[in-house]
Amino acid sequence: MNTVENFEIFAPKLIDKRELFSPGHRACQGCGEVLALRLIMKALGEDTVVSNATGCMEIISTAYPHTAWEVPYIHVAFENAAAVGSGVEAGLKALRRKGKIADRYVKSVAIAGDGGTVDIGLQALSGAMERGHDLAFFCLDNEAYMNTGIQRSSATPFMAATTTSPAGKAIKGQRTGKKNVPEIMVAHNIPYVATACPSYPIDLMNKVEKARNTKGPAYVHVFSVCPTGWRGASNETIKLGRMAVETGFFPLYEVEDGKYRLTMEYTEKRRPMEDYLKLQGRFRHLDPADIVKVQALVDKEFRKLMHKVETSVPWSE
Amino acid sequence: MGKRIGMEVGIAAAEAVGLCNIDVAAVYPITPQSHIAEHLSDIVHDGRIDAEFITVESEHSSISACAGASATGARVYTATSSQGLMYMHEVLPIVSAMRLPVVMGNANRAIAGPLNIWNDHSDIMNQRDCGWIVMHAENGQEVIDMTIQSFKIAEHPDVMLPTVVNMDGFQLTHMIEPLEFPTQAEVNKFLPDRVPYATLHPDKPVSMGCFNMPEIFTETMKVKDTALINSKRTIIKIWNEWGKQFGRNYKPVETYKTKGAETLILTVGSMGETASVAVDEMKKAGKSVGLVKLRLWRPFPLDELRAAIKGCKTLIVMDRSVTFGGIGGPVATEIKSLIFHDKDRPRIVNYLMGLGGRDVMVEDFITMVERAAKKKDETYEFYGVRE
Repeated sequence: MNTVENFEIFAPKLIDKRELFSPGHRACQGCGEVLALRLIMKALGEDTVVSNATGCMEIISTAYPHTAWEVPYIHVAFENAAAVGSGVEAGLKALRRKGKIADRYVKSVAIAGDGGTVDIGLQALSGAMERGHDLAFFCLDNEAYMNTGIQRSSATPFMAATTTSPAGKAIKGQRTGKKNVPEIMVAHNIPYVATACPSYPIDLMNKVEKARNTKGPAYVHVFSVCPTGWRGASNETIKLGRMAVETGFFPLYEVEDGKYRLTMEYTEKRRPMEDYLKLQGRFRHLDPADIVKVQALVDKEFRKLMHKVETSVPWSE
Repeated sequence: MGKRIGMEVGIAAAEAVGLCNIDVAAVYPITPQSHIAEHLSDIVHDGRIDAEFITVESEHSSISACAGASATGARVYTATSSQGLMYMHEVLPIVSAMRLPVVMGNANRAIAGPLNIWNDHSDIMNQRDCGWIVMHAENGQEVIDMTIQSFKIAEHPDVMLPTVVNMDGFQLTHMIEPLEFPTQAEVNKFLPDRVPYATLHPDKPVSMGCFNMPEIFTETMKVKDTALINSKRTIIKIWNEWGKQFGRNYKPVETYKTKGAETLILTVGSMGETASVAVDEMKKAGKSVGLVKLRLWRPFPLDELRAAIKGCKTLIVMDRSVTFGGIGGPVATEIKSLIFHDKDRPRIVNYLMGLGGRDVMVEDFITMVERAAKKKDETYEFYGVRE
């Protein structure tokens, strides 16, 4: 199994000032997803080809004849970013081997939202990861179909209100918890899986760098706060991302060669979920008993993760 | 030119691809295309050609991977059939809009439901408006020739459109036929390297697949339509080049004993060979019958078709698929609308036949011609249906 080698640690002063995802795009005020994308592109560098799924990041960046992309970019459809990225990787590899393009390493990456990753794009993602393409996949998870108007996905958290999981009298929002796609990616035996959040920019960029330098499939699940869809304040994006991590709702970790490691340790008691929930209109309908249920689910998922962190050993050992 | 050998047509299709210096193939297996998938992977795994073979998890991903690979400037091939082509459907018009010259072999098979793995043309007819160049082979030699021609056509700077070569499932793909392969040197002489218009490479970053607002979408559609219509010139030019180099000539519409014939049969695909035998027999019996074979379905060769059917009284269109709730099969519907304003247009009789692998024999063509003479209107008929 491949291990991650030769990655460089990002430090704020060393971050490239160039924007490979340029300003002037049409994202909402306070968009956490586009912030993540901007940092991802900085960490990837210019020798990158992006295959993007249909979604918010696609429509805000590529209204013909404009483009925000300073790197080669292709958008084909919603569910197939991983498959398109597979083809890009294969094409570049064959052309380089046959001397038809410059003999230089260019990384193929695929970028999709949560719908394009965990729902409609899951099959293409699974196929690409299983086949072992040299492909880094970034899921920008804003926990619902935001581009189409805040409909629930399987990444929508338990009890959150969306336009298709409304807070009704009989059913109070989303009935299930988040599908654990990072775990599904680990089950594909790929060399690198990580979770990240732009509220922790250096951690995010280091993980992107590791994914880039992984010779083989890599997956990074990026928590992307969406003030528009979450009914939050646009100036609280960074704060919400931090609270998602501090509560243990979205822990930051990475899985290298099968070994789980928290990249943000929990030295003190985790922050209660109530702090996080009360800042968002999508959880406005929750009563104290509901908050207890949400907290219990978060605790259970956190325990599951901590068990892996404590017990997992690298596959190659 | 190499010597004649006996080979299964599906395997021959893969061998033809193997002569074309492809860079990437992404193929998902489906009956009756699977021998193409298997044999092409043999060719790659044995190191006979230098290409990436992507064993995709679905046809949706095979055409998507082809799009990504083609966008890097690679020469790309895929093959499919029936449900697989239907599953690709969403991506097909995107590939043509992005002007990516993907070449596809399609082993024509009925679409479900109910499930049926045998031949008809319902798979490709359902892709009519996807903006691809669509051509049909009649026999194994044509499969080889048209596969090689397709790369040159699709990648030509005046075309830059994806191209699909249809071959009837089982009736053609699984036949062992006497075939001639061009040598590698001959193919190299005929088929130049691809020179892409734009590629995904950091040396010159471009954005592909940007979305269109209403202000520009209509213009994009017109460009795509014009590109497909204009491609006919280049298709004919390349077919003429092939004829000069290899002595086998290709035309958008082929005619067989049509001179002075009052009744013409029009076929698409492998049934043309059976129909030609039927025409011979009917001619012997003194009937005024000829055969028109439609090789190019998109862009539709209207001028060539008009010339081919000029002077006939009855045109019998053989449709191997159904346009449910419509006015006939897709080929007949198309021809009716195209010649509607023509003076002295022939009466059109339309049979829906050969569906889901039902054999259509020489006698069937003779029966259909005889019955056509007695028909009073232009309604369609499911030939041979048991009621």
